[in-house]
Amino acid sequence: MNKVFKDALSAIFDIESGATLMLGGFGLNGIPENMISALVQKGPDRLTCISNNAGVDDFGIGLMLKTKQVKKMISSYVGENKEFEKQLLSQELEVDLVPQGTLATRIAMAGLGIPAFFTPAGYGTEVAEGKEIREFNGKMYLMEHALHADFSLVKAWKGDTLGNLVFRKTTRNFSVAMAKAGQITIAEVEELVPAGEIDPDDIHVPGIYVHRIFQGKDYEKRIEKVTVQL
Amino acid sequence: MALDKYGIAKRIAKELQDGYYVNLGIGIPTLVSNYIPEGMTIMLQSENGILGMGPYPTQSDIDADLINAGKETVTVIPGGAFFDSVESFGMIRAGKINLTVLGAMEVAQNGDIASWKIPGKMVKGMGGAMDLVASAKNIIVAMQHTNREGESKLLPQCSLPLTGVGCVTKIVTDLGVFEIKENAFHLIERAPGVSIEEIQSKTEGKLIVPDFVPEMEI
Repeated sequence: MNKVFKDALSAIFDIESGATLMLGGFGLNGIPENMISALVQKGPDRLTCISNNAGVDDFGIGLMLKTKQVKKMISSYVGENKEFEKQLLSQELEVDLVPQGTLATRIAMAGLGIPAFFTPAGYGTEVAEGKEIREFNGKMYLMEHALHADFSLVKAWKGDTLGNLVFRKTTRNFSVAMAKAGQITIAEVEELVPAGEIDPDDIHVPGIYVHRIFQGKDYEKRIEKVTVQL
Repeated sequence: MALDKYGIAKRIAKELQDGYYVNLGIGIPTLVSNYIPEGMTIMLQSENGILGMGPYPTQSDIDADLINAGKETVTVIPGGAFFDSVESFGMIRAGKINLTVLGAMEVAQNGDIASWKIPGKMVKGMGGAMDLVASAKNIIVAMQHTNREGESKLLPQCSLPLTGVGCVTKIVTDLGVFEIKENAFHLIERAPGVSIEEIQSKTEGKLIVPDFVPEMEI
């Protein structure tokens, strides 16, 4: 078994136009920087991107919007991006806005092998339009379906050659669930170590979910809002 | 005199109780964290995956891997924990959060809230607001009483697309504190020096005013 690829471009070799991708991260926190750059370089278009946010104008998924590679975004919050706004208003881009907890759970359900679930989020709002509504114990819920992807692209802090992943601080966000939901999951890591070096107790995503892994490079880790104590 | 945003935050801080797990939304709600009473243990939840969110870091402690749901750099207090988004919304949905404070564009007298979309203008998305309001047992809305045009934000019914239905129990505005029950806003406190007449004139929804309305103590 060899899951290790030499870099981002070789690891995404079979992502073609029209693919559905999940991209981990929250804002710019914990995004797969290397694979986003490689996608821009390789150039597949008409992509459906499932990601909580759409990056900013010149970083993250914003880079793929600029090159018009994205046909549709499935996200919970897409502020902070003028290019996104422009393409949305000119109808070049479709967007499906999903409540954040519903989005996370739809992704998680794909990784758990459960086709649908009921949540109260969005009941009585336009999010519920066209969805099955049911009452449980006197409260109203709507049915939401698991969300699948052809490829899940995640960035972890540390990973081993068998694909076991460890995250740091708030970078777990959507990446843990996405890693488990992809038909093919590709992980980029800040530090790639031999299998056996990570304590099994510390693993956030077991390697069974991760098909390809590579040592990332040149991480910028851009911060959207630097806030400090005065 | 009407409260400023810090005054609103100070008044909401009085709702905190020792041991509460609290989710604070972006804007005025975030300011509440500055007024946690001395000696009280409050664990702030940030829905991107923190319990025990601390203050902003010093310049030398900035960590790009540690942000809050507003995408700001933060710290974590001793005893804090990290987790992923699925777990974060699991604890929200399962009712583990004792208090949720968020902003709103409109609140209706039946507890409906609109806070995420203005049709025809840019739609940024609902983020976690719909999940929070659908499951929280104790929701306080922190907002200005009127919008920029001077129109009441406390309405008979919301005109904007809803975030959630029948979920808001309390509102703290620059003019007063209101409980929502029996399809009406019940004025329970007024901002220092604000008259009942002013509150009545700026509240479009059904307002119940008891015989005695104390001034807030903040």
